Amino acid sequence: MKARVTVMLKTGVLDVQGEAVRRALGTLGFEGVEAVRQGKVIELDLAATDKAAAEAEVKAMCEKLLANTVIEKYSVEIA
Amino acid sequence: MKAAVITFPGSNCDRDLAVAFERAGADVVRVWHKDSALPAGVDVVGVPGGFSFGDYLRCGAIAAQSPIAAAVKAHADRGGYVIGICNGFQVLTEMRLLPGALMRNAGLKFICKTVELEVATTASDFTSGYTMGQHIRVPVAHHDGNYAVDAETLARIKAEDRIAFRYADNPNGSMADIAGVLSENRRVLGMMPHPERVVDAGHGGTDGMALFSSLIGKMALA
Repeated sequence: MKARVTVMLKTGVLDVQGEAVRRALGTLGFEGVEAVRQGKVIELDLAATDKAAAEAEVKAMCEKLLANTVIEKYSVEIA
Repeated sequence: MKAAVITFPGSNCDRDLAVAFERAGADVVRVWHKDSALPAGVDVVGVPGGFSFGDYLRCGAIAAQSPIAAAVKAHADRGGYVIGICNGFQVLTEMRLLPGALMRNAGLKFICKTVELEVATTASDFTSGYTMGQHIRVPVAHHDGNYAVDAETLARIKAEDRIAFRYADNPNGSMADIAGVLSENRRVLGMMPHPERVVDAGHGGTDGMALFSSLIGKMALA
C-alpha cells in the first residue's frame, strides 16, 4: 500500500519561497500568476493492507514528524 | 555546576558552546545524540547550532526525535535549564519545549553577520547579567530564523514577558522582532543569534559572556 502525504504551509502563513517563485515566473513572461504556494510531497511504501488503519497511522506520522503543525497543514492519500 | 552539550550529526557549534560554558566556570560533558540519558548531575543542557541531520525534512525535526531528545525533555520538565542556539533553537521548537517555529528567512538568503539585539527582559537567569533594553552585538548565521507563532501564543508570550531578545533591525522577518524566547518557567531559552561566538576579545566582542556567566553564577548559588 502506498501513501502520499502533501505538506503545505497553513493558510495565512506567508510563503516567502512561493512568493519568490511567483515573481520569477513573472520575470519569465508568464503573466497572470496571482499566487504561488509551495510545499512538499512525501511518498511512503507501507506494509499495511487495511486502508483505514494505514491512513490513521500516516496521520499519526504527520502529527509527530512529517509536518510541523505550528505552521504546516497536511493531507494524506492512500492508494 | 555541570553543563551538557549535545552533538548531533551536523552540529558545528558544539565545541564553541562547550568553551563558553567552561569559561563561565561550568564543568562540561559532551553528549552524543544516540545516548538515551544525560550524565548524572547535569544542571544545564546546551543544544548547539549547526545543521543537524543536514536540515532534512525541516531544520531540527529529526534531531528532535533522537534518543537524547527525550532525556532533554525530561530534564526540562523537571525544571532543568536548557539553552538552544540557532539550530538548537529550531530543535527546541520542534520538540515543543518552546512555542512557535523557525521559517525560511523573509529575504530567502542565508544571513551571516553580526546584528544588534535589544535585551527584552532581565527576568531570567539567562538575561539577568544584562540591563533592561541594553543593546548587544551578537552574530547570526542562519537560513531559517524567521520566527513565526500564532497570534494567540504571541500575545501570551508578550504578556508573560517571555521575549528574551529582540532584533534592533530585524534581518529575517521574525514576528515582533523576536530573536530569543523563554519557556513558561523561564528556564528554557531558544535564540537564533550565537552568544557563544562573542565570549572572547579575539572573537571581536564579548557581549555573549554575560549570558553564560549569569546562568552559571546563578546555579553556583543554588
